[in-house]
Amino acid sequence: MGGRKTCFVETAAEAVFTVCAFFAVFAVGSILLYMAANGVPALYRTGIREFLFSSVWRPTAREPSFGILYVILTSVVGTALAVMIGVPIALLTAVFLAEMASERFAALVRPAVELLAGIPSIIYGLLGLMVLNPFLYRLERRVFRDSQTHQFTGGANLLAAVLVLAVMILPTVISVSESALRAVPQQLKASSMALGASRIQTIFKVTIPAARPGIVTAVVLGVSRAVGEAMAVSLVSGGSVNLPLPFGSVRFLTSAIVNEMGYADGLHRQALFGIGMLLFLFIMSVNLLLHAVLNREN
Amino acid sequence: MWLGDQVKRNRKQVFWIFLFGGICILACVFQFSGGSDKEKEKNRQRLWREVRKENDMAVKSHITMAGSAAMEKFANMAAEGFMASSPGMTVTVEFTGSAAGIESVLAGRCEIGNASRDLREVEKEAGAVAHVVALDGIVVIVDTANQVSSLTTEQLADIYAGRIRNWKEVGGADLPTVTIGRENGSGTRSTFESLLGVRDLCHYANELDSAGAVAARVASTPGAVGYVSLAVAEDMTTIRTIALNGIRATKENVRAGTYPLWMPFAMVTKGRMQEQTEAVQAFFAYLDSEEGYRLIRSAGLIVPD
Repeated sequence: MGGRKTCFVETAAEAVFTVCAFFAVFAVGSILLYMAANGVPALYRTGIREFLFSSVWRPTAREPSFGILYVILTSVVGTALAVMIGVPIALLTAVFLAEMASERFAALVRPAVELLAGIPSIIYGLLGLMVLNPFLYRLERRVFRDSQTHQFTGGANLLAAVLVLAVMILPTVISVSESALRAVPQQLKASSMALGASRIQTIFKVTIPAARPGIVTAVVLGVSRAVGEAMAVSLVSGGSVNLPLPFGSVRFLTSAIVNEMGYADGLHRQALFGIGMLLFLFIMSVNLLLHAVLNREN
Repeated sequence: MWLGDQVKRNRKQVFWIFLFGGICILACVFQFSGGSDKEKEKNRQRLWREVRKENDMAVKSHITMAGSAAMEKFANMAAEGFMASSPGMTVTVEFTGSAAGIESVLAGRCEIGNASRDLREVEKEAGAVAHVVALDGIVVIVDTANQVSSLTTEQLADIYAGRIRNWKEVGGADLPTVTIGRENGSGTRSTFESLLGVRDLCHYANELDSAGAVAARVASTPGAVGYVSLAVAEDMTTIRTIALNGIRATKENVRAGTYPLWMPFAMVTKGRMQEQTEAVQAFFAYLDSEEGYRLIRSAGLIVPD
């Protein structure tokens, strides 16, 4: 009798654990299904080529047009620029924290980085709106002083969004790559030193290459964060659908959904779900890429 | 022993298969019972019909409204005010957009459709009758440092269409014009654009998703111009309003019909007022009373003549 009881408890516990474990899988699966069910009809009704490769976004015009090419380009270009600015700063900060800083100084920098991660994105957006935009507007007026064709944006442009995103990805990239750098075996560094390499040489030729998988993970997490950020970006980027030029008002994939979901209906609404699905696929493929890279490294 | 283990393992496997099968089926049911909006609507209607059969009195004391999101604040206030003043009456409001609201009332899915625009010919032919219960003006706003105090409607249209790019062309400082507008699908935007004759021709520097955001952006950007509803702009000190064709944007001027930018808040019924249920007639009578006027004014709107 006792044996059967134990067996039942064991099986039940296992079931509970497994159900919990599958909850995340279930969540991802059902979200994907929901996005597909709502977004795919729009792709069919507008045509995939029209949707992805037309640059005219006029969902409520008499002859509506649903082209999101500029929106896609903005997300790609904006994220790439933000990563190009943010990652070098973050990587060097991580090197500093892991290799150089005295304990006391690191104890000052590390909480600052952690706090940076905890700041809500709306705060980044507000600061961008109140500080960055007016500054960029002055710059814009100086740069385009004699231009007859430039549409002035009041400083709400791609550049503002890129700068905000670059700051926002810092904490993620710093903390993940710092742990990667710390995980590099001490013997490697010691051997390098023993061979006569200087500290800087050791860092760039030994430590960073050895920590590469971790750093790649950090960058990919940074990319995911930048691609998925909606609030801050929609506050500072202007929100008009344009080719992503540094001083142009632009709209990201995320802010396209945030801005228009409130009043959208019919095909317009479906098209926004289509954008959401695209965003989801975008982040999924970035993650798959990460796994591919990491597998090859191993 | 070995055989016993094998059996146990098999039983375990069966157990797991059932468990996951169950979860998957649940997931599918959950997914598809939500189904499309049409299905939901159908279910709701069926439920509603049953309720009607059971209790005919309930029908008489219940009103369903659907439509314009721009009218959200006003519709909610009207519903609450009406329910408070007439015990036993219930009003439910949905915000689906003007077009969807008119469509629902014509299809008999609700008693009143809210529309923040004039009816189209097709809709009138299908039996829609608009009762304009309130008016809202659209105000053109600029930052406080801007010297321009009046524009003609042509100049405003030119600014939004990108033909005028500097305030000095309309008598202001040498400052580029930064055109701020609302997002696609906004009732304020479509009314503004059609009244100015620049529908789908506007070059926006910024497209923002609420009136508050437009006002904030205009306030913080030298040379910016934007539009918001009169109710929103009224109490703001961080922005300046612009007169159009020399006429200031005030409630009086909108009511007199001299200020060019305004939108009607219409409650649409299928057929004339006499054909409506008692509850609907009571609702309109409430809006047409002193108490109703007070409510309209406290929502920042204008009582039509």
